[in-house]
Amino acid sequence: MDFNDTPEEAAFRAEARAFLEKHLQPKGSAPVSRDRANMLQKAKDWQKTKAENKFAQITWPKEWGGRGGTAMQSVIWGQEESKFDAPTGPFAIGLGMCIPTVIAFGSDEHKQRYVQKALMGEEIWCQLFSEPSAGSDVAGLKTRAVKDGDEWVINGQKVWTSGAHYSDYGILLVRTDPKVPKHKGLTMFIVNMKQPGVEVRPIHQASGGREFNEVYFTDVRIPDKDRLGDVGAGWKVALVTLMNERLAVGGSPGPDWGEIMAYARQQGTMSDQAFREKLADWYVAAQGYKLTKFRTQTALSRGQTPGPENSIGKIITANHLQDICNSAIEMQDHYGIINEQDRMPADAIFQQSFMWAPGLRIAGGTDEILKNIIAERVLGLPQDVRVDKDLPFDQMKSG
Amino acid sequence: MNFDFSEDQKFLAGEARKFLEAESAIPVVREVLNDDSKDYSEALWKKIVEMGWLGTAIPEEQGGLGLGMLEMCVLAEEMGRVLAPVPFSSTAYYLTEAVKLAGSDEQKNDILPRIVAGEIIGCYAASEGPGHPDPASLKTTFDGSTVSGTKIPVADGGIATHALVLAKEGAGASLVLVDLSGAGVTRKSLSTLDPTRGHAELTFDKTPGVRLGKAGEGAALNEQLMDKVAILLAFEQLGGASRALEMAKAYSLERYAFGRPIAGNQAIKHKLAEMYVKNEVARSNCFYGAWALSTDAPEMPEAAAAARVAASEAFWFASKENIQTHGGMGFTWEVDCHLYYRRAKLLAVQAGGPKVWKEKLVRALEQKNAA
Repeated sequence: MDFNDTPEEAAFRAEARAFLEKHLQPKGSAPVSRDRANMLQKAKDWQKTKAENKFAQITWPKEWGGRGGTAMQSVIWGQEESKFDAPTGPFAIGLGMCIPTVIAFGSDEHKQRYVQKALMGEEIWCQLFSEPSAGSDVAGLKTRAVKDGDEWVINGQKVWTSGAHYSDYGILLVRTDPKVPKHKGLTMFIVNMKQPGVEVRPIHQASGGREFNEVYFTDVRIPDKDRLGDVGAGWKVALVTLMNERLAVGGSPGPDWGEIMAYARQQGTMSDQAFREKLADWYVAAQGYKLTKFRTQTALSRGQTPGPENSIGKIITANHLQDICNSAIEMQDHYGIINEQDRMPADAIFQQSFMWAPGLRIAGGTDEILKNIIAERVLGLPQDVRVDKDLPFDQMKSG
Repeated sequence: MNFDFSEDQKFLAGEARKFLEAESAIPVVREVLNDDSKDYSEALWKKIVEMGWLGTAIPEEQGGLGLGMLEMCVLAEEMGRVLAPVPFSSTAYYLTEAVKLAGSDEQKNDILPRIVAGEIIGCYAASEGPGHPDPASLKTTFDGSTVSGTKIPVADGGIATHALVLAKEGAGASLVLVDLSGAGVTRKSLSTLDPTRGHAELTFDKTPGVRLGKAGEGAALNEQLMDKVAILLAFEQLGGASRALEMAKAYSLERYAFGRPIAGNQAIKHKLAEMYVKNEVARSNCFYGAWALSTDAPEMPEAAAAARVAASEAFWFASKENIQTHGGMGFTWEVDCHLYYRRAKLLAVQAGGPKVWKEKLVRALEQKNAA
């Protein structure tokens, strides 16, 4: 038992680090830029640099511009890249989820047209699945596609679409047949986000920010050749998209035990016994998550398929973040209500993350859905009762 | 990255599981539970001695197998799964590790081979009353050659041949090895929450004993010993917690209510998912403890504390919610849930409860980040 790389892994890590050092600044060495337009261009430039040097999409086959590397190399790359100010955000969904779906279900023409451009950072993709009345139960979505000659006409609304405002293309899951049960009437398409009838509106989030969007489709026409998979097979295609979610390699999504401990020492509140016990719990949870990822990496390093243990990740981190921020604010007492960066300890990171945490508990699978997934797929317990399973979609109740 | 047990260690775990599931089945545990005169399963203990397990982490020159602490961790988890009613922890964790840690060569050569041969059963005598035993305020004394005082409760105190006694010596504390066949030893059996493991009150009246280590080193040695023991006990807790989840799962799948298995209800599914999350957090922290234990890493204090805190929480949660999942059946003597609930509490307070270990953890983090 040790935490060391194999010689091959160490060599790859050194190569990755040398490349990163040549092109980027280590995290924390410069203030974070808030210039969004500039940010997007920087992200595109960085993606191009990575792709040209075979560090983009480590596990993709070489024929698609990938490195043809191992899952372990992909983890190592992620670990090293996360230590630098690497602007990767805009490409995570496109390259992590959309393009793999295009590769799996698209025509040769699609692959020639889209894969290389996405990899080189020239085009950005978004994923259009969730709707106002279809979140956890995404197969209950209502956006309609009606066939008209060689085209489909799309009407409806998507929601919580990350990056829709700067995306060039999206993969769009729609209902093509409302007369059959919900999972059977869905079809997946490639959609040009810049065409008439596609309207992107930012969502004003509870946190105050506007990182996500609503996307409205009004008589949007998509040629039938831009269909991914068969008509009615959209659910199967969507499952492939979701399976391609990247193996989480990043750190904590906000302040962790170290930050709140540093703050408590600065405030002189380390002697509070209740706080000390909570701090111990946070450390144990954070270590539990970090070390569980090490177990997953060990399986990858040994060429094995990781077990289901990684499924505990987001349940732990999201709740953990919310609890830590809540405690930090209560420690600040009266003053804790202030949410101004320049007045607050740690640049108001506890306040900022306090308002972000509720979203984190919902995004990418709510706590409840994740517990269902553990119960059903890991422990093998029965599925929930699904009263709409065999009912034609147009006879389903919704609200 | 190599953060897992080796294939050999996993093979050992598999063999241990087969052996224990056959030899330490629940009827064996219940023999001890239902018979007040029984402190342990003598038959099972003999077989464990024959298997050589007591020598797992004892060097070959002292008759052991010369394997390591990782192998001990693997065995501890398997012992925890089946609630093995034997003085394994008292002998193979507390006494063995104390002698290895602080014993002279002479003491090692005397005691360790006899542990391997099954001639010695150990016990750890520190507690004197409510609250965590504090080496600075012990009532039991050691005068350099004899021990006097009362220790309560002492796990396996009724059957042990040797006791490891934490006693006051001068201004400090010492760890003293006492041969319980010596003069002035009185043993009184105790009724506890977990009757599958015998406990006693031990009184010493000028009982001869020999110090492990130097005078006054006892507090520091005890601290080091507790870190090692905590990791091994955490593996027992992990084994128990894993088994409790398996029991809850099996029962919820076969128990029908409202026309279908109760496992189909989200209240049950989410409860079991929470058990799984806690168990995995415990497993990962235990692995880290195993790594620290096997490499004698400087991270040992926080690794031990984190493993202990995580595993105590996991076993507590799994054992109580296992009863809840079983409903009324879970509250009967005949169904095994209460055995795990009892053992969870014993393992959680033996060697210091979660409060003690959380405090140790935070102190270790403070020292590490002192600047």
